[in-house]
Amino acid sequence: MQSVARSQSTVGPDTAAPKDATLIYRQSRWTRLTHWLWAISLFFMLLSGLQIFNARPQLYIGKESGFAYNNTIFAIGAENTANGPRGYTEIFGKRFDTTGVLGWSGPEGRETSRAFPSWATIPSYYDLGTARVVHFFFAWILTTTLVVWLVASLINGHLRRDLVPRIDDFRRLPRDIVDHAKFKFHHGREYNTLQKMAYGGVMFVLLPLMIITGLAMSPSMNAALPFLNDLLGGRQTARTIHFIVMLLLVAFFIIHMLMIFAAGPINELRSIITGWYRTDPPAHGGKTPQRSA
Amino acid sequence: MANFVISRRKFLTSASLGVSGIMLSGCDAFDSQLRVGDGLRSFLEGANGLTWRAQRLLAGDSLAPEFTEADIRQPQRPNGVTAPDDDAYKGLLANNFADWRLEVSGLVEKPLSLTREQLMNMPSRTQITRHDCVEGWSCIAKWTGTPLSLVLDQAVVKPQARYVMFHCLDTIDRSLSGDIKYYGSIDLIDARHPQTILAYGLNGKPLPIENGAPLRVRVERQIGYKMPKYLRKIELVDSFATIGGGRGGYWEDNGYDWYGGI
Repeated sequence: MQSVARSQSTVGPDTAAPKDATLIYRQSRWTRLTHWLWAISLFFMLLSGLQIFNARPQLYIGKESGFAYNNTIFAIGAENTANGPRGYTEIFGKRFDTTGVLGWSGPEGRETSRAFPSWATIPSYYDLGTARVVHFFFAWILTTTLVVWLVASLINGHLRRDLVPRIDDFRRLPRDIVDHAKFKFHHGREYNTLQKMAYGGVMFVLLPLMIITGLAMSPSMNAALPFLNDLLGGRQTARTIHFIVMLLLVAFFIIHMLMIFAAGPINELRSIITGWYRTDPPAHGGKTPQRSA
Repeated sequence: MANFVISRRKFLTSASLGVSGIMLSGCDAFDSQLRVGDGLRSFLEGANGLTWRAQRLLAGDSLAPEFTEADIRQPQRPNGVTAPDDDAYKGLLANNFADWRLEVSGLVEKPLSLTREQLMNMPSRTQITRHDCVEGWSCIAKWTGTPLSLVLDQAVVKPQARYVMFHCLDTIDRSLSGDIKYYGSIDLIDARHPQTILAYGLNGKPLPIENGAPLRVRVERQIGYKMPKYLRKIELVDSFATIGGGRGGYWEDNGYDWYGGI
């Protein structure tokens, strides 16, 4: 909001630029379309994934799950205590009381033993089969979209122009960090260094890792690509990595939302819906700032 | 331009209200669309057919990974029914399965009725493989049994057969029309896969009751629910539409995907 108002007020008669010189076409239709397909897919995959996790709310390291020995590094569960049933979360053997959210949750008086709470899963009730149907459907959508985006971005230059880091980016990194910490955002054509790192990290590290660890859990893919689990350290380690990458993607989503709100939600949303983005007005009649939020 | 700004703002407002509405309702909104038979669910289930075809293409007839003796670190974890309460089963067990027979019927030239000794006298295969439960856990164990392909060859499968149905002795559920015994099915590609065996041995010992004695199926490239225990009859069919709920197995009729390679 602020940036829109600011840029409009400074477009005065003294500048030679046309009225809307600060409004630029920033996001191609491919980027916009794939962005929203990911948003939808990741939403459904997260909530159905948490439901799938609920069927076995433990994470292990290795080829198999230890029942006669212990290779569990993470567990969510419920236990009976003197104060009634409590939910707990155990990380590397260290136990935390997470009653109400993890392990033991539900409406007052009708709490049940479930790892992730009802509001965080699809379906809201326990149904592993349905969660798998939803999860694998959107896995296809997500993966196909990723391939479409990659091809389109190679052809239309989005990758080369906007995402590949340059020498400049490394030079600007310290200042970028300071600017973000101060919530001082520049609106320009290009992504800033931290943006490139975040988007590049999601597109080229987190999402591919999510797909690879997902495939590594499939018995049929293990026959087709037996080296996958050898590389990852076994099927149960792959499952654990799958879960950790989920946490990182959720962390990205939260920061992504915070940054959108801090940098001007209307302008940012407009650029990912219509493609048009309001950049900062040129300083002293100079050229449009090239760095952005 | 001014009009555009307003309509865009309206759009954004309603869009964000819509999204937050979905979030707030805890996605209960989807629950009613996701029951077996619902249009939306059937559409989403289409992805399972795609996965089936894609994995058949990618995996071909490749073998599931096999492990070493050193990887066997614990007994095979049993799941589902671990002690059938059926009188017929208990009767067979009392006699150490001497009266048990494996029926092979349906679309075959020569229906069979095999004793455990006959099966054990056929060439066997032993493999150390990882069992992946649909719930998410895995367990490595050594399985010994008769390759299913040998049994199918002996019965001579008719060309119109497409699936192998497994009928079991254990009651998994009860309905108004009586007890439901476990049943399941696989395609002929997995049925003829070299690692698909009718297992009678586990970790060098006879198959325990909890793991499916006297005979269970191992389909190493699929999830655990595709490997029925307490086997009674193998039926070759061209369609499973008339069996149970028509979706190919007990768990499938309760919402699980038919193809369990993922």
